[in-house]
Amino acid sequence: MTRIFGATLLTAAVLGVLGAPWLAPNSGDEQFRDHLYAPPMRVRVIDAEGAWHRPFVYRWRLVDRVMRTFEEDSSERLPLTWFAGGRLVGLGPDTGQPLVLLGGDSLGRDVLSRLLLGARTTLGVAVLAALGALLIGVVVGGIAGYAGGVVDEVLMRLADLVMVLPTIYVLLALRAALPLVLSTTAIFWLLVVLLAVVAWPFVARGVRAIVAAERRREYVLAAVALGAGPVRILLRHLLPATTGFLTVQVTLLVPAFILAEATLSYVGLGFAPPAASWGVMLQEASNIRAIADFPWLLSPAAAIIAVVLGVNLVTGAGVEGGSLGLVSALERRGRSS
Amino acid sequence: MSAVVLFLGRRLLFALLLVFVVSSGSLLLAHLAPGDYTSALSRPGVSPETVARERERLGLDRPLAEQYVAWLGRLVRFDLGTSFRYDRPVTELVGERAANTALLAAVALLLATGVGLPLGVISGSRRAGLLASTIRGVSIVGLSLPPLLTSILLALLAARTGWFPIGGMTSIGAAELSGAGRLADLSWHLVLPAAALALPIAATLERLLARSMTETLDEPFILAALARGISRRRVVWRHALRVAIRPVAGIYGIIVGSLLSGSFAVEIVASWPGLGQLMYEALISRDVHLVAGCAAIGSLFLACGNLLSDVGLTVADPRLRDE
Repeated sequence: MTRIFGATLLTAAVLGVLGAPWLAPNSGDEQFRDHLYAPPMRVRVIDAEGAWHRPFVYRWRLVDRVMRTFEEDSSERLPLTWFAGGRLVGLGPDTGQPLVLLGGDSLGRDVLSRLLLGARTTLGVAVLAALGALLIGVVVGGIAGYAGGVVDEVLMRLADLVMVLPTIYVLLALRAALPLVLSTTAIFWLLVVLLAVVAWPFVARGVRAIVAAERRREYVLAAVALGAGPVRILLRHLLPATTGFLTVQVTLLVPAFILAEATLSYVGLGFAPPAASWGVMLQEASNIRAIADFPWLLSPAAAIIAVVLGVNLVTGAGVEGGSLGLVSALERRGRSS
Repeated sequence: MSAVVLFLGRRLLFALLLVFVVSSGSLLLAHLAPGDYTSALSRPGVSPETVARERERLGLDRPLAEQYVAWLGRLVRFDLGTSFRYDRPVTELVGERAANTALLAAVALLLATGVGLPLGVISGSRRAGLLASTIRGVSIVGLSLPPLLTSILLALLAARTGWFPIGGMTSIGAAELSGAGRLADLSWHLVLPAAALALPIAATLERLLARSMTETLDEPFILAALARGISRRRVVWRHALRVAIRPVAGIYGIIVGSLLSGSFAVEIVASWPGLGQLMYEALISRDVHLVAGCAAIGSLFLACGNLLSDVGLTVADPRLRDE
């Protein structure tokens, strides 16, 4: 039951990422000057007189320019248009109105559209960085586990060192060492590399443990006897044994990286404002007065919680016990005892 | 016994090496960053000579290697240099802020332990039942609530209700209060940041202890204890807990790390004047000595955490002592 709920959350996130430009009612960058802090529009099927219609919304009329209070203008119905202009749903261009289902932000941009497009940035960074960490971890762990001896010792001491670094400080220092103003694409790849570099030891330790154990098994000896070289043995025989472990690692790394992007962008060291990412959107929530009056600005927080909860429910991470580093830590204790 | 001393000695050496590597690494990184502390000075109306004089005064005009050697020379005397921004010794500044972070982290850790462990015993010792599944559900949600978001949500709650202060560590005019009044004021400010920081850790501890508890209760010695007529409550809380707590004890070293990362987010959101906030300010203003100082203390925190958990494990688990 909970697993199905988690899977639903994750499926929604994946569909949102894939279909973002089509699902988003607006461009996400466009600023609607009449919709600064406009509340979410309510989709209705019954009008003020009680008659039924196809889904429609009412226009927002600005009541107080300073306090940003709006009221619905029920004199005219604006019917939703479907599959028009390359978007799933919107308002006809002749209405001159944006459809703001999750309200507008401080610049009058549509929060829902930015949330969908920001999912691409945030989840893209998180997933690619997790894959990067896996790649480095598998290479280093595989070599260490297979070679053993001095190579193993050196690589694992290095992993230990990276693992006990104060991660957030290292990320901050590395990021701050580079120019603050970079293009969005550059920041995207920079974050992917930085996160992968900080997190690989967690993967490498586990891979090393598995490879070192499997290496002594009969089937590996058989492969050696048949004349297989080390590369072939690693790729074809040993690394497939780590797939289960790697799957678990991805489910631990992705939530941690989503949060890392959010934290870095929130403090201004990740993506920069015109770009849409969940962390950048969260900056708007740093103004307590704004979120008290316009709670829909918290929607990126809700999105992050939904995705992380989805991952935790599907993997049962809660049941199996784990947050980043926890599994590796237990394993480390297990090894040393 | 000598084996334990040797083991702990090796860990201590590793910790010192770590502190050294992290602080000099971040010093060099901060130097490599484009611009320096005086960049903010270069604006219309400030002559280039003034900027040059300022750079000379701070020693920023000398080659990087020379600056680094000078910093190393002071480091061996436990002098971390002077902050450009505050014009005060880094050790003094970092000490104050580190105490604030340590206070926040310690309260959060106590809170997480006090809530997480008992709940873990309860949910781990019952296979089914409403209470156990409620605790499990709350924990999974708690695991998904990172301190960054929780502290924003709690700040919103504080703003709406006025029950708690939105941020900061003391109220205005708190300095004039009596000792007890100051303490009450501080605790009042501590509640929300500590809760935000503690929540995912409490959830982690609960899940971990629950699993370990379930496994322990399957052991033969539990059956033997029950067969002797010892009450179930006593078996769970006295006999099983003592064994089940071991894997959890090992996790505390890692938790110190997540406390440090988590407290950075909380400090920024709740404007708690801690180490993370100081590090951030120092990085933004290119206050290189302060960056290195913060990084050094941050890694010292982690090293202490790991060391404590190693000591704890050695005490808790006799098998480690024999090794």
